[in-house]
Amino acid sequence: MAHNQPSVVAPYFRDIDQQREANTLGMWVFLATEVMFFGGLFMAYTVYFFNYPDAFHEGSRELNLILASINTFVLLTSSLTMALAVRSAQTDNRKWLIIFLIATIVLGLVFLGLKGVEYGEKFQHHLVPGPHFEWDGSFFYEVQLFFGLYFATTGLHALHMIIGVGVLTYFVFKAFRGHFTSVSYDPVEMVGLYWHFVDIAWVFIFPLYYLIDRTIQ
Amino acid sequence: MTTEQHSTTHHVMPVRTYLIVFALLMVLLAATIGVAFLHLGPFNRIVALTIALAKAGLIMTYFMHLRYSSKLALVFAGMGFFWLVIMLLIGMGDYIARGTIPGTF
Repeated sequence: MAHNQPSVVAPYFRDIDQQREANTLGMWVFLATEVMFFGGLFMAYTVYFFNYPDAFHEGSRELNLILASINTFVLLTSSLTMALAVRSAQTDNRKWLIIFLIATIVLGLVFLGLKGVEYGEKFQHHLVPGPHFEWDGSFFYEVQLFFGLYFATTGLHALHMIIGVGVLTYFVFKAFRGHFTSVSYDPVEMVGLYWHFVDIAWVFIFPLYYLIDRTIQ
Repeated sequence: MTTEQHSTTHHVMPVRTYLIVFALLMVLLAATIGVAFLHLGPFNRIVALTIALAKAGLIMTYFMHLRYSSKLALVFAGMGFFWLVIMLLIGMGDYIARGTIPGTF
């Protein structure tokens, strides 16, 4: 309560606790809309999975499990560094806040880089839906449907990563100028919630696309 | 409006907690990859999704600080999941009732 500096608490809030609660609730509402954004794709996945299970099993085996596993590890680690960045802001540790923010950005870029390698492989192997798609087995059209959903879902996820990396980069500059303190760390906490949400989205994408059936190989 | 103070915000968790959660996430990641190579039939899917839900739960509880958030924040956080379940249940109910999902009706 003693922290009620006018520069930190907006005039329309009673105190900093109320402001923080409003920020948190607003962010969770935004994340609920994001859940529905990805939810549409998960719904489409569920419908087509039950319609064409064999095609989905075969398509899934063409995805690069090693790169995706490394990427899952990278993304979970970036969530740890993001959480530690928020903690550094909470404890007024500007040096470690900047270090952890940069670590999160680097891990995010590693993820995007490996994703790019994966996409490149799909183009080389003619597994991108469209006129250049090649498939020797059965389910020519159904497997294209699988890869269409794969590109749409992982592409939407990658877009979220790019936006996250952009916001974090902006925050590194703000952190250098001392914008974030143990009182005014809310923006770091909010970008943290966004980053963890993107991580959770991947936690579901990973088993749904890469781990459908790996028993035959 | 009451003027009671909610000092639920600004709870600094120890670094140890974050590291333990991260270690658990790594164990679950190894488990989900390992299970995918076992012949379990439809249980492969169930185990994979249960592990994914456990990972999401750990991330939300500790990394996203829901453990120390207000009850209202918990309701807001559960909202997205709730709507997603409505969409999947009613959506799939429709597809199954129309007989477009093989092996159901």
